[in-house]
Amino acid sequence: MTQEGGIAEIVVRHQDGKTPARGALLPILHDIQAEYGHISEETVRELAAALNLTRAEVHGVVSFYHDFNSKPAPLPAIKLCRAEACKARGVEALVPDAERAAAGRVKIETVYCLGLCSVGPSAMVGSDVHAALTPEKLNALIEEAA
Amino acid sequence: MSTEKSIVRISDDALALALGADKVAAAFEKAGATVQRVSSWGMHWLEPLIEIDGVGYGNAAPGDVATILAGSAPSIGRIEDHPFIAEQQRLTFARAGKTRPLSLEDYAATGGWIGLDKARAMSAQAIVEEVKASGLRGRGGAGFPAGIKWDTVRNARADQKYIVCNADEGDSGTFADRMVMEGDPYMLIEGMAIAGLAVGADKGYVYIRSEYPHAIAKMRAAVKHCAHIIAPFSIEIRMGAGAYVCGEETSLLNSLEGRRGEVRAKPPLPAIKGLFGKPTVINNLLTLAAIPWIIEHGGQAYADYGMGRSRGTIPVQIAGNVKYGGLYETAFGISLGDLVNRIGGGTASGRPVRCAQVGGPLGAYVPVEQFHLPFDYEAFAAVDALIGHAGITVFDDSVDMAQMARFALEFCAAESCGKCTPCRLGSTRGVEVMDQIIAGRDVERNLGLIEDLSDTMKYGSLCALGGFTPYPVMSAIKYFPEDFKNRDLTRESERAGEHA
Ligand SMILES: Cc1cc2nc3c(=O)[nH]c(=O)nc-3n(C[C@H](O)[C@H](O)[C@H](O)COP(=O)(O)O)c2cc1C
Ligand code: SF4
Ligand code: FES
Repeated sequence: MTQEGGIAEIVVRHQDGKTPARGALLPILHDIQAEYGHISEETVRELAAALNLTRAEVHGVVSFYHDFNSKPAPLPAIKLCRAEACKARGVEALVPDAERAAAGRVKIETVYCLGLCSVGPSAMVGSDVHAALTPEKLNALIEEAA
Repeated sequence: MSTEKSIVRISDDALALALGADKVAAAFEKAGATVQRVSSWGMHWLEPLIEIDGVGYGNAAPGDVATILAGSAPSIGRIEDHPFIAEQQRLTFARAGKTRPLSLEDYAATGGWIGLDKARAMSAQAIVEEVKASGLRGRGGAGFPAGIKWDTVRNARADQKYIVCNADEGDSGTFADRMVMEGDPYMLIEGMAIAGLAVGADKGYVYIRSEYPHAIAKMRAAVKHCAHIIAPFSIEIRMGAGAYVCGEETSLLNSLEGRRGEVRAKPPLPAIKGLFGKPTVINNLLTLAAIPWIIEHGGQAYADYGMGRSRGTIPVQIAGNVKYGGLYETAFGISLGDLVNRIGGGTASGRPVRCAQVGGPLGAYVPVEQFHLPFDYEAFAAVDALIGHAGITVFDDSVDMAQMARFALEFCAAESCGKCTPCRLGSTRGVEVMDQIIAGRDVERNLGLIEDLSDTMKYGSLCALGGFTPYPVMSAIKYFPEDFKNRDLTRESERAGEHA
């Protein structure tokens, strides 16, 4: 899938004329990531040209943030919170079975906190949030995502 | 109770949604009820919480609709009279549970925009003086006096200044920022607009972590709806990209500028040279959200709450393994034990409380012997603990503190911005050493190594990610040495105990 066509349009959409153009880099990258599922090398090159940055600079930004991928994700993902409050509520005990059930079909991604710390364990699929996870509930999420 | 007249109120905050609130709301609508989606009361253990004519029905499922509408379902009585709510001192969360988050009508009917109107008739200096008089300190962790920061920006000369709201809320155990954005977004916007008047800034940014899609959507909608009210001030909503360190203020500014979220050396302070090199107020969301109340009621009224140099109220977030978790706003000075045991009801598991981590992943583990500690910045600092963003994560006696110490280091390694060696490499090395300790190898020597590493990180790190990670680690070792030494023996006897 080629990304170039839509990139110029996305860049233009994010300029307000008030702040330096590069300030829009994160929103632009978010849009590209959302639209194409990843940010390709060609895209990095094109963005660098459009925003008057070096390729290394744009690449450095893409690689710094967990949300941006340079390759498309091979599997659908469930973001499972494994931060302290969810640990206190037992998330670690859910992990081995979940990993087994998900193997090869769904990626169980670790995130640190979804702001649902009083009712964990918590997970997010796309932008849907789930709390008070039990082995059954987590398993159902895996089956849904697969 | 008649179904026609009564309005069924259900929160649409992310936590309620995560527990199935949408399905419950749909079931009420199907039964012919009029449903209003409101903010959350913050009684999280009861979500989805249904409110009809002031009376609450907790943990509602779609199958409960008929009995709730008939008034025959078990209720918690009037929500406002419930001790969890009645005993709070809600200034910032005064509207929680009571208004429709995006309704301008509800906001105006509950005192919204009074602070902004007042501020418009005041001089910039007078606004700053009120904030100073309130004693308000930054709620993002460091507790720096907000009025002093604002004064610096007010006095800076520049063609452009900015207000930045730090809504990165990355600390485990915290959700107050999220609740404001999802429940009372105009209050934050009003606070930012007042800050703009106070320092001479006409543009604001709210930097929200990408783990909060619901907050982002609500804030985007809110900013659109009230643009005409706050003009000429304007606000842009920005989404983070999954980096904890971007909650650090200079890293956040780099991120807003489209750069890697690396921490900048200070000075220069953001107040002098902040976003795009311009004078910038960067405050935590709760700091800014406290402003409308302070301007409406006066700084002194706010300062009348609290203890010592911790003035006003603090929205405490009770989380982790706790029976009654949620949002509890109260004056500073309340004890940790009161919050965990009396208000929080102890653990959800029913086992004894062993400790609480206060202030997020960089905060110390506080053992029950120290639960007398009052919520006060200085009292916590005196025992090497942190109030931070006021999240309390409760643990029961099944917690393995060596694993928690390991996790603190693992988290630091995963989230380090990479700029300083002690943080970047020290944390990774720390994880390896902790693995040795957990395996019971050469424990005394390895604990010595951890201590040395901690010192190096404390004194050789540019920001608190590397600099404070030693606190959870060293507090775990100090208060729970039995989890680190003789691990084989303790684990062995525990297992024996479990089978007994
Ligand atoms: C690693 C790290 C993460 C931080 N995360 C946050 C955060 O998520 N939210 C926040 O308001 N402050 C955070 N801070 C504190 C900010 O650097 C800064 O002190 C705060 O935004 C200032 O606002 P305040 O004075 O209103 O507290 C963090 C600091 C560090 C070192
Ligand atoms: S302490 Fe860690 S996160 Fe902070 S500036 Fe140094 S490397 Fe970056
Ligand atoms: S720690 Fe898991 S949601 Fe906050």
